[in-house]
Amino acid sequence: MSARDRAQHAVTLKVSGVSKSYGSRMALNGIDLQLHAGEFVALLGPNGAGKTTLFQLLTGLFVADEGSIEVGGHHIGANPVAALAGIGVVFQQATLDLDLTVAANLRFHCRLHGIPRAVARRRIREELERLDLMDRADEPARSLSGGNRRKVELARSLLHEPNILFMDEATVGLDPASREQLVGYVTSLCRQRSLSVLWATHLVDEAERANRVLVLHKGQLLAQGTPQSLIEHANQPTLADAFLTMTGVNTN
Amino acid sequence: MKPAHAAQAAIALGSREVVKFVHQTGRLLSALVRPALWLIVFAAGFQNVFGVAVIPPYETYIEYQVYIVPGLLAMVLLFNGMQSSLAMVYDREMGLMRLLLTAPLPRWYLLLCKLGAGTLLSTLQAYAFLLLCAAFQVDIPWLGWLYALPVIILCGMMLGALGLLLSVTIKQLENFAGTMNFVIFPMFFISSALYPLWKLQEAGAEWVYQLARFNPFTHAVELIRFSLYGQFNPVSLAVVAASLCVFFALAVYGYDPQRGLVSRKGR
Repeated sequence: MSARDRAQHAVTLKVSGVSKSYGSRMALNGIDLQLHAGEFVALLGPNGAGKTTLFQLLTGLFVADEGSIEVGGHHIGANPVAALAGIGVVFQQATLDLDLTVAANLRFHCRLHGIPRAVARRRIREELERLDLMDRADEPARSLSGGNRRKVELARSLLHEPNILFMDEATVGLDPASREQLVGYVTSLCRQRSLSVLWATHLVDEAERANRVLVLHKGQLLAQGTPQSLIEHANQPTLADAFLTMTGVNTN
Repeated sequence: MKPAHAAQAAIALGSREVVKFVHQTGRLLSALVRPALWLIVFAAGFQNVFGVAVIPPYETYIEYQVYIVPGLLAMVLLFNGMQSSLAMVYDREMGLMRLLLTAPLPRWYLLLCKLGAGTLLSTLQAYAFLLLCAAFQVDIPWLGWLYALPVIILCGMMLGALGLLLSVTIKQLENFAGTMNFVIFPMFFISSALYPLWKLQEAGAEWVYQLARFNPFTHAVELIRFSLYGQFNPVSLAVVAASLCVFFALAVYGYDPQRGLVSRKGR
């Protein structure tokens, strides 16, 4: 195996036996999953499947009742600072400060991550240019459309050059064109930067673009594999049908 | 945590707070109007009702207006401390808190930065109020402005830490007003801000007197009062410093994902 291959197969995220309950309700039950460098993995599940809970655990906002989460070899519970340094997140909920300009929002993030000023300026310009938003840099975030706000959040999540990107239903509320653009951009990031992406969604067409799909339902991973293998496994014509069959909605 | 990284995060949080404050002109105005009303209207009305005997740190009989300045300074700090915690609750609802808590920095340090940023605003407001006092010719020694600085910062941190602690338990903005009524008013009235404590005792309100003696706000007021006259009140200093440590430690505990109250909730 060449050095390049090894780098391609490096495990960036390792989740073992993770469970979490809120009171008597089990939100996640014994989740095992791994992410490799350069991999685009879709976490497909209906609303309430536990996707957001899993993301909250992965980003250290909450702590799992059982199991362990390692990000780039750092345990999120024991060494959260090192683990968080390698993670980029786009949350389901908008997290831009709407009163600040686009550039000020990005600068704020750079400071929180301790990026030196000159480097921060360069990276902010690069990320915004890549997304065609450089001319909006000095406008307040409030003046941007929903799609552009999401793009700014994506740009922000990449400023500290993470190895892993978590996207929690990042396309919610976007029109089809913006959605397509965002998915396309993120898949290209995986290839170009060997970024691992965990993309939570309940939209099957987004999952079809992934290298691997994890099906989450009622807090459990029902299946994982390439979109094609899931279709074959469920013996259905499309991934949408396979998904509906697995989650028990499709009774045909 | 590297020192340069720590400093950058502190600047980020501090400047965000200041920029936001500058944009909200109404906030500075209301921060000043509130104590100004007490100073100008209330104190004038009660000028002759409260005869203030000579008590330390005063050496002569003083006007009632002069008596209530330290209490009003502490009130400015108290209100801003609560307002900062309101901002924390707002940030949590708006999702900005997540951004903060997923930054690669220890949580206690992020909370300390928040507290420092809030205290910076508190201190600025306290001095704006002192300027107002000077404009209304309330007799406060000029050197007292200097002596009071460290004390105002310390008291601002203590009351800010209390706000931080409250923000752990307040889940929604709607619950905020109610909580304020249960914190701000009792703290302010059951203290030496408006009347010396012996007045309470003399009036036979023994339990109110005892409550006021143990109220950290009383000690913040007294610490500021003594410092304005270049005097040192060790008991009050100890109470304020200890309260700061306890409130801050509990707030850090509350925001800890492993143990704290925040983890009990789903979202």
